Amino acid sequence: MSTTAKNILAVMRTGPYGNQTAKEALDAVLTAAAFELPLSLLFMDDGVFQLLPQQDTQGIGAKDLSATLPVLPMYDVERFYVEQSSLESRGINSAELILPVEVLDSEQVKVLFAESASILSF
Amino acid sequence: MKLSILVYGSPNGSQAAATAYRFTKAALEKGHEIYRVFFYGDGVYAASALNTPPQDEQDLSSLWRELGEQHNLDMVVCIAAALKRGVLDPGEAKRFEKSAHNLSAGFTLSGLGQMMDASQQSDRMITFGY
Repeated sequence: MSTTAKNILAVMRTGPYGNQTAKEALDAVLTAAAFELPLSLLFMDDGVFQLLPQQDTQGIGAKDLSATLPVLPMYDVERFYVEQSSLESRGINSAELILPVEVLDSEQVKVLFAESASILSF
Repeated sequence: MKLSILVYGSPNGSQAAATAYRFTKAALEKGHEIYRVFFYGDGVYAASALNTPPQDEQDLSSLWRELGEQHNLDMVVCIAAALKRGVLDPGEAKRFEKSAHNLSAGFTLSGLGQMMDASQQSDRMITFGY
């Protein structure tokens, strides 16, 4: 399946907590990974908050998503992108994130979208 | 074009759910093929047969059911997203020992694999909500 499969870009745009979106996005991403589909992740807007270290969800009774995201490389998901202006406007340094990411400017994001056969937006 | 529709918005919580319906209807009228409509996140609420809006308001559950019947649509509801929001079919109600089930006719509960299959089989995935 993976040799002829369409490459998927999952766009993570929402913060990790406050609603179910990031959790359910991650479930979809894990499913794509389990099906061995070629998969890239782009974190932008509030989605970049998903990549912050030392998340502590004990006080809100939610699952700590930052414990799950780092397992993705074990499923051969290795292309992680972050949009530069989303990081900058939130004062986040790409070196402190929990996944090895490639930082893209808006022109490169445009290319990434254009090159992706299928886009899952969350 | 072969399209799949992803519905993430709840019928009452966002405009996205109604827009998804109208987009699907318009695409069919224009001769496009709808490979699948996949309901995820709060979008699963559209599949509850218990939604009872006032008579002078839009009833998306009924509209989807009618459109589905008319065009033989594959309307799949993510089972994990549905269960946690209390949308169950008879089989799941029995399995989890719940006293009732409410999945509307025309909808099917299935897994996220159906979303991935749609991503591979469709020319475009169109997302509504989030």
